[in-house]
Amino acid sequence: MKQTFFAGLIAAALAVPAMAEDYTIIAPAAPGGGWDQTARTMQEALQAEGISESVQVQNVPGAGGTVGLAQFAANAQGQPDQLIVGGYVMVGAILTNKSPVSLADVTPIARLTGEYEAIVVPVASEIQDIGQLVEMLKADPGAVSWAGGSAGGADHIAVGLIAKAAGVDPTKINYIAFSGGGEALAAILGSQVTAGISSLGEFKAQADAGTLRILAVSSGERIEGVDAPTLKEAGLDVEMQNWRMVAAAPGITDDQKAAITADIERMVQSPTWQDALAARGWADTYLSGADFQTQLDQDIAATQAVLQDIGLVE
Amino acid sequence: MNTFDFLMQGLSVALDPAMLLYALIGVTLGTAVGVLPGIGPALTVALLLPVTYGLDPAGSLIMFAGIYYGGMYGGSTTSILLNTPGESASIVTALEGNKMARAGRGGPALATAAIGSFVAGLVATILLALVAPTVVKLALVFGPRDYFALMVLAFVTVSSAFGDSARKGLISLFVGLSLALVGIDQLTGQARLSFGVPQLLDGVEVTTLAVALFAVGEALFIAGRRSAADDQVIAVKGSVWMTARDWSRSWKPWLRGTAIGFPIGAMPAGGADIATFLSYAAEKRASPHPEEFGHGAIEGVAGPEAANNASAAGTLVPLLTLGLPTTATAAIMLAGFQQFGLQPGPLLFATNPQLVWGLIASLLIANLMLLVLNLPLIGLWVRLLTIPRPWLYAGILVFATLGTIGANPSPVELSMLLIFGVMGYGMRLYGYPIAPVVVGLILGPMAEQQLRRALSISQGDLTTLVASPVAATLLALAALALIVPLILRARGKGAVLSQLASDED
Repeated sequence: MKQTFFAGLIAAALAVPAMAEDYTIIAPAAPGGGWDQTARTMQEALQAEGISESVQVQNVPGAGGTVGLAQFAANAQGQPDQLIVGGYVMVGAILTNKSPVSLADVTPIARLTGEYEAIVVPVASEIQDIGQLVEMLKADPGAVSWAGGSAGGADHIAVGLIAKAAGVDPTKINYIAFSGGGEALAAILGSQVTAGISSLGEFKAQADAGTLRILAVSSGERIEGVDAPTLKEAGLDVEMQNWRMVAAAPGITDDQKAAITADIERMVQSPTWQDALAARGWADTYLSGADFQTQLDQDIAATQAVLQDIGLVE
Repeated sequence: MNTFDFLMQGLSVALDPAMLLYALIGVTLGTAVGVLPGIGPALTVALLLPVTYGLDPAGSLIMFAGIYYGGMYGGSTTSILLNTPGESASIVTALEGNKMARAGRGGPALATAAIGSFVAGLVATILLALVAPTVVKLALVFGPRDYFALMVLAFVTVSSAFGDSARKGLISLFVGLSLALVGIDQLTGQARLSFGVPQLLDGVEVTTLAVALFAVGEALFIAGRRSAADDQVIAVKGSVWMTARDWSRSWKPWLRGTAIGFPIGAMPAGGADIATFLSYAAEKRASPHPEEFGHGAIEGVAGPEAANNASAAGTLVPLLTLGLPTTATAAIMLAGFQQFGLQPGPLLFATNPQLVWGLIASLLIANLMLLVLNLPLIGLWVRLLTIPRPWLYAGILVFATLGTIGANPSPVELSMLLIFGVMGYGMRLYGYPIAPVVVGLILGPMAEQQLRRALSISQGDLTTLVASPVAATLLALAALALIVPLILRARGKGAVLSQLASDED
């Protein structure tokens, strides 16, 4: 009797047309990092807005996201309820790790958020503006040590782009990689290095407290509340953001892709998502469809070129 | 208002019944996850973050801090009783703690760990409240060359403290250093010794190696030489409580451990594991009974356990004053702060004094709760050892495997657990010490990266390594630690040299 009851219950559950997918989001990083936070914020927003009944987040850490990406491309084939979070760092990691799986093996849906890079020096430094730093770089590239996040990541790429724009040989830059913005920050505050580069968010509190001086930011326009010029204003043709995106499984149909894109768009416009972005200080840089694909292709090409220039990729 | 007024105000925030409840949930959860190998406080806090969106910021952060302290507490229990360190900071505890447990002194070992953690947590939290801004200034003085010098000192003191045979100890250490090379080189982004296996790109996980060598290796070893006579259950000898002698041997290590742990935890590139290694080495040197080390010396539990809790408090110094997370758990707590729109950093003490002082006050309360929670449990925990050995070790294997898969669900990780487990068995069989392998894996990459960073900043000039007063002092200490025993041996000749010869099996 009991069994019949449960069988009926299961049959009923299966028969109910799903109002939306019960998504599983892969965060290809350890808990706590940017991708994990993005995935968990998505989980919260998708559920709170009733876009999806139940969303699971699964962490598959490793190698700049390429372990998670490879697992996703292999296991999620054709499944419209599987999503993966990724970002600009993954573009570099795919190249430096010679990953057999690339973003071409998944279905990119949309860019969600972005953070701009900031170039800073400690307040006690004799360097007052970005022009002065560029002059030093031109005079002797090795004498300018830059502290930032992991080798081949967004911070490292930004330094390469700056050197290139300043007409300095990018292989000569003296980039000191730290395991993250935090450890780099300690080296910058302790005046162990000439300058520091990382996401603006890593430095904002220190700059507000008057311990760091922001020399420039990597955005297209000046950023509100930040007293620093853009790199472009300083005559360096560099504009970049460390973006995060969401992608779907390979081999899904166009209809399925459209449905996922619609769900993500609803999420991005929801107050829950917007509030979460504001609380975390993330910029809403939502971009989807063909525009996103074009931007992605450009970023991949530019990243490949600069990584080759720095000498990290052959 | 001065510091004292702030702290009193903080205590009034933390003594609110709702806050006490959050602290209690935190410490209980923390103790539970600390006991499970592989699942550490970082993962727990990360999993709880989304749940706390709607909660009160102060309460959530108090809960997270409770989890952090509780995790440091819980890790010691399995180290001592089952020789299965729950996380890297409790690896050293397993060395002497498990020997004590096997000699029927599990109760005093757990008690000295719990009380030592309490004392260290109490002293270090008060230090956090009083000297955080000063300590953080000192910590920032440490650049790559100074960290390198600190690592050299750690290598010299620690490698001489483990095992009886220098040759075997060094071989173990170099096995660890070789394993440390596996994975992406942090400074150039290039893969080393990964053999095309993507899961190896992030290197060998410390907890996987520790659990494999300690727990799996041990289970294989016991199974390998099991005879009917071994089936006797280890009775708990004497009292489960500490004797007067235990107390008199423990209090100095507690304080020394705190003195070592707090500043190292406060350093941006320090870490609880290094603090425990240094504390162990210091205790072995300071002890009037160095011969007991390796056979269950209570100082070897008291010191490192105090050091790891003091370093947990030390970690909060750069987190609260600079917004600098120095451990995985601190990084996730930072994410927690940001979730509530709070930016930890130089302004947090000024903009949110209630929250900061409430947090510090609740750490004091959480610390007391942990003691109250853990002391009565000791009697229960030691009964775990009365389980017949085949069952106990089968249980440990299941436990170790589940913990490893839980932390990193991949067949590669599981294979590593088994391979290193077999390696641990072989090392036990031939009398090679195990701890230096783990020490090599932890210290190796830090020493290498700091050395290369220092040389990169100086553009290859080697004199930079002794150019800062801090680095020069630390290197001089390391040189002394290396040379003095050699001179003593040369002078003492006969007895010592023959002892040395007999050590070389």
